Amino acid sequence: MSIDRETVLHIAKLARIALTDDEIELFRSQLSDILGHFDVLDGIDTDGIEPTAQILPLENVFAPDVSRPSLPQAEVLKLAPLTDDGYLRVRAVLE
Amino acid sequence: MTSTSATKYETVIGLEVHVQLQTRRKMFCGCSADYADAVPNTHVCPVCMALPGVLPVINEKAVESTVMTALALNCSIPAYSKFDRKNYPYPDLLKGYQISQYDLPLSERGWLEVEVEEQPPRRIGITRVHLEEDTARLTHKTDEAGESYSLLDLNRSGVPLMEIVGEPDLRSPEEARAYLVKLRQILRYIGVSKANMEEGNFRCDANISLRPRGATAYGARVEVKNMNSFRAVENALRFEAERQTRALDAGASITQETRGWVEGEGTVSQRSKEGADDYRYFPEPDLPPVTLTAAQVEAIRAPLPELPDARRRRFEQEFGLPAYEANLLTESRARAEYFERVIAAGAGSGDASRRKRARAAANWMIGDFARLLHASGLEIDDARISPADLCAMIALVEDGAISGTSAKAVFEEMFQSGRAPAAVVRELGLEQISGSDEIAAIVDRVLAANEKPVAEYRAGKQEALKFLVGQAMRESRGRLNAAALTETLTAKLREKA
Ligand SMILES: [Zn+2]
Repeated sequence: MSIDRETVLHIAKLARIALTDDEIELFRSQLSDILGHFDVLDGIDTDGIEPTAQILPLENVFAPDVSRPSLPQAEVLKLAPLTDDGYLRVRAVLE
Repeated sequence: MTSTSATKYETVIGLEVHVQLQTRRKMFCGCSADYADAVPNTHVCPVCMALPGVLPVINEKAVESTVMTALALNCSIPAYSKFDRKNYPYPDLLKGYQISQYDLPLSERGWLEVEVEEQPPRRIGITRVHLEEDTARLTHKTDEAGESYSLLDLNRSGVPLMEIVGEPDLRSPEEARAYLVKLRQILRYIGVSKANMEEGNFRCDANISLRPRGATAYGARVEVKNMNSFRAVENALRFEAERQTRALDAGASITQETRGWVEGEGTVSQRSKEGADDYRYFPEPDLPPVTLTAAQVEAIRAPLPELPDARRRRFEQEFGLPAYEANLLTESRARAEYFERVIAAGAGSGDASRRKRARAAANWMIGDFARLLHASGLEIDDARISPADLCAMIALVEDGAISGTSAKAVFEEMFQSGRAPAAVVRELGLEQISGSDEIAAIVDRVLAANEKPVAEYRAGKQEALKFLVGQAMRESRGRLNAAALTETLTAKLREKA
């Protein structure tokens, strides 16, 4: 399985990363390699095996509807690079 | 009738409604979901702040509320459901994705019956009801240097959010509004959400397109956002239908796009987020699936109250109430239940008197009671007057112990003080005057004091009688039985003629 240049550019755009031409080629080949590893799975006989979204033998792991104390505001704000009057401040985003 | 329905196009509308569920904790962490009056960023923990290595856990009540809603909307509940990650680069969720449900939602394929004035009810399809998490609140600002930035409050981030996706079955802005009103009513009946659009816990996006009448294929659709009230939804959809009609009539084609509703302006094209639709959904690896057996679904269904439509029909049949009154009485669950408690307090009486009492109770509740509640800004649950006391007061009127006019004063005093009707009647001295001597004495005084109207009545002017009745009522402070008074009055007028 190989990834083309357009796919790399699309992924970069979704991830909001700017890439140089050299990087585009580097990631194109690396991502192709990664997908290549998954080709191994195609060789496995999965007849009679139900598809699943979960590999753990768990279901219905719930928390009862009880609230717990949150972090102090100062702790929260301390983790942000930029704050403003109790808010986290980020660069302008399109609505 | 909409302006478009008169034209050659049919309007096709589908609504997506997001509803915040009323839970104590957030969807996947223990932070309090009640952030309404909270200081910014005080309902935040490592999970809803998306710190590395945290593990979300599903709020059980949120799942139950969603299934309960789905059942109330006649949906089927699959045995297996899962959560997925919806990836998008926007800072309103610090994880970089929203936990939502993609291909295996908690419910699907239901319907909601909607009625627009003077038309038969129609079933509007519900595609699915699924569960996800709300996003943080962003406020957009500009600093002195003209630089734009955004402020982030994470309190809302991770609050349980239920999405109700409707089929494109709605055919007019009025019908869209009726759908929303009905949906809100059901959500409040079953108590899963405050469902208040102005407070932002009930939000609506609309898809609208036009197609030539008789066509089966859909036209290009426009998504309309930023509508903050039912009225705004109706106005925005009407505006958009007219805009699309004009464009099509002019031979233009409709661009598939997102438009925002701007009050006083109309729908305005929003800059598209290029590639934003590439959400790359994949199963949420941190959350095991939800499986529900038929027995579990029935356990969630069991506490469902009688829903508004069923209750309205029962009120019409059981109590012989007109549709209009039954509709008003069942508007909220609290009002309907109060009404039923009034009737229950008078149990033991026959069917005919039960219906009569129901009519009286309905009149009080829709009339004076509703007016006084509204004037004092109270909900019916806050009322000081108990259903049993209202029932007792109606009985006093039925038995002739107080007049209809006095009852109004008694009711108002009961509403203010919460005291029992018999005590109020005594205190206000409003026992009905029914002794014929007493009535005759009052009538004599009124006739003596009003020679001119008396003469007019005898000369054939019927309206003069009304005036004299009014004078007698005033004289007795409304305590006279109206029928007995009129009888005595006309008899005396005739006898002296
Ligand atoms: Zn949290």
